[in-house]
Amino acid sequence: MEKPLTGNFRADGEAVSLSEYERSGGYQGLRKALLLTPAEVTELVKKSNLRGRGGAGFATGMKWSFVPMGKDAPHPKYLVANADEMEPGTFKDRALMERDPHQLIEGMIVAAYAIEADIGYIFLRGEYERSYECLARALAEAQASNYLGHNILGSGYRFEIHLHNSAGRYICGEETALLNALEGKRAHPRTKPPFPQVSGLWGKPTIVQNVETLCNVHHIVRQGVDWFRGLSKTADGGTKLYGVSGKVKRPGLWELPMGTPMREILEDHAGGMRDGLRFRGVLPGGASTDFLVEDHLDTPMDYDSVQKAGSRLGTGTMVVLDDQTCPVGMVWNLEHFFAQESCGWCTPCWSGLAWTEKILWAMEQGTGSTRDLETLKFQTKFLAPGNTFCAFAPGAVEPLQSALKYFAEDFRRHVDEHRCPWRR
Amino acid sequence: MLTAEERREIEIKLADYPNKQAMSIESMLIVQRHRGWVSDESLGDLSELLGLSVADLDGVATFYNLIRRRPVGRHVAMVCDSVSCWIMGGERIRDRLCSRLDTTLGETTADGRFTLLPIVCLGACDHAPAMMIDGKLYEDLDEQRLDEVVARYK
Repeated sequence: MEKPLTGNFRADGEAVSLSEYERSGGYQGLRKALLLTPAEVTELVKKSNLRGRGGAGFATGMKWSFVPMGKDAPHPKYLVANADEMEPGTFKDRALMERDPHQLIEGMIVAAYAIEADIGYIFLRGEYERSYECLARALAEAQASNYLGHNILGSGYRFEIHLHNSAGRYICGEETALLNALEGKRAHPRTKPPFPQVSGLWGKPTIVQNVETLCNVHHIVRQGVDWFRGLSKTADGGTKLYGVSGKVKRPGLWELPMGTPMREILEDHAGGMRDGLRFRGVLPGGASTDFLVEDHLDTPMDYDSVQKAGSRLGTGTMVVLDDQTCPVGMVWNLEHFFAQESCGWCTPCWSGLAWTEKILWAMEQGTGSTRDLETLKFQTKFLAPGNTFCAFAPGAVEPLQSALKYFAEDFRRHVDEHRCPWRR
Repeated sequence: MLTAEERREIEIKLADYPNKQAMSIESMLIVQRHRGWVSDESLGDLSELLGLSVADLDGVATFYNLIRRRPVGRHVAMVCDSVSCWIMGGERIRDRLCSRLDTTLGETTADGRFTLLPIVCLGACDHAPAMMIDGKLYEDLDEQRLDEVVARYK
C-alpha cells in the first residue's frame, strides 16, 4: 500500500535531505499549487476530506475557507504549525519532523499559499531538540533553494517560516492558548469567537494546524483528490499514523489507511499482547480519550466510528491496558498529568482536577471510600463540556468516566479491600 | 549583565517577531542555555532590553515549566512520568535514579552533578520508559541501561 507520509523515511533514522526529498517528488506539490489560484488549492483540500490530525478532526479545507481573502483582507496573515506534541501516549509528529522535515515545510508553504499567509511559525515543543535541529537545517535548505522567501520559485508569492521554541505546558496545544504563548504571554485560552481564522495572532487572520495534517496537504495537490480519498477505507481521506504503546509485543508507529480496524493494528502490527498478559482496554487516541474495551476491537480507527464506539480517534496513538496493570493507577497517572497541566484560568478545571487526582491517589493508597466513588462520578459531570472555559477539562475526564464504567469492579475492590490489589 | 553572545542571540531571534513581548520566552530560554537558569538579575537585564516589566517576565517564567528560576546542577535529567512510561515501569526507573544519586525529583545532588526533574510525555512511548539528559533522549530504559547512561555524565 502507499505511504505518502512515511514512505520516504530512511532506514537509518536520519532526516531526509533536500536532494533526497526532491528525488522522490518533493516540492512538486508546491510547484503545482503555485500554478493554481489559492481558492483552487483550498477547494482541492476541501474535496479531499482531509480532517485535522491533532485530535479534534475538524475539516481542514472548511477551516481555511473562514479566512478573509482578497485585497481587503487584513495582513499579515499567519499560518502556524502546531508541533507541540504533548498528548501522553502520542509520538507521531516527532517522527515526521525528525525523519522528513521538508514534508512539513512543503505542506506549510502550500497551506499558506491557499490562505495567502505572509508568515509561518512552527510552534515546537521545547523538549524536541532533535526536531529543532532537523527543521532548522531543512528551513535553511528550503530558503537557499528559493522554496521560501521573497519570490518563491519566481511565482511572486512571498512566505517565510520561523521556528518557535516553546517552554512547556500541555495547554499550549489548545490553539488559542498557543497563540498567547507565541505572543510571549502566559498560555491561557482565549474566548471564542472571534475564531483565530478571523482574529488570531496579533489580531490577524491565523490558521493553526497539526503537523501531520500539514504533511498531507501538498500530496493532495500533487496526486489529486481521488488518489487521496482512495488511500482511506472511509469517507475521510488519506492515511493515518497509528501508534501503539503499552505491554504489546511490538510497540510502534505505522502509516495505514484511515479506518484500519483497531484489532488489525493491535494484533497484526503490534503483535498482540505480551505472553501471559490479557488485553483489558485501550485509550484509542491519547490520554484525553475514553477507554474502549474488548467489545470494541473491531472498530475502524476513523473519526466517526471511534466516536460511535464512545470515544475519540484523538491522535490515533493507542495506549493499551493489560490485566496486570491497575486501571485505577493508570487513571490516577492520567489525572495527575491533567491536574498538573491545567492552566489555572477557570476554577472548575484547576480545582476539580486536583480534587479528582487526590481521590484517585487515596484509592491507590487504600483510603478511598464509597463516597469518593460518587464524587468521581460527579466530577465527570461537573467538568463536562459547557462547564469549563475550554476543552481541556472535558478531555481530562474522558478516561475517568469510561474507566468508572468499564472497570467499576476494580474501583470497588480498591475501596472494599483498602488497598490497591496490584501493588504488592 | 547579559553577555555579548546572549545579546547577539536575542537580537537575531527578535527579527522573527513583530514586537519585543513575543521574545519574552525565547530570551529567557537563551539566557538559560548559557547559565542553566534565569536569575532575578537576568530578569532585570531582560526587562531593560525588551522594555517589559520584571513582573510580566516573571509571570511568564513561572507559567512555563521549562523555564527554570532556580539554579541547576551540571546536568539536568528529566524522567517521563506520563502514562505509557508509567505502564512500562517508569516509577521503578525514577526510584532507581533517585536512590543512585541520593536525591529526589526537583532537587540537585549535593555535588552539583545532577538536577532531577519529572517531565511529561517525551513522545517516545513505543520505547518506554524514557528520560532525557541535557536534551538527549534515552529510551527502553531498564535498571542496567539507566546505570550505564548516568555514568556517562560526570
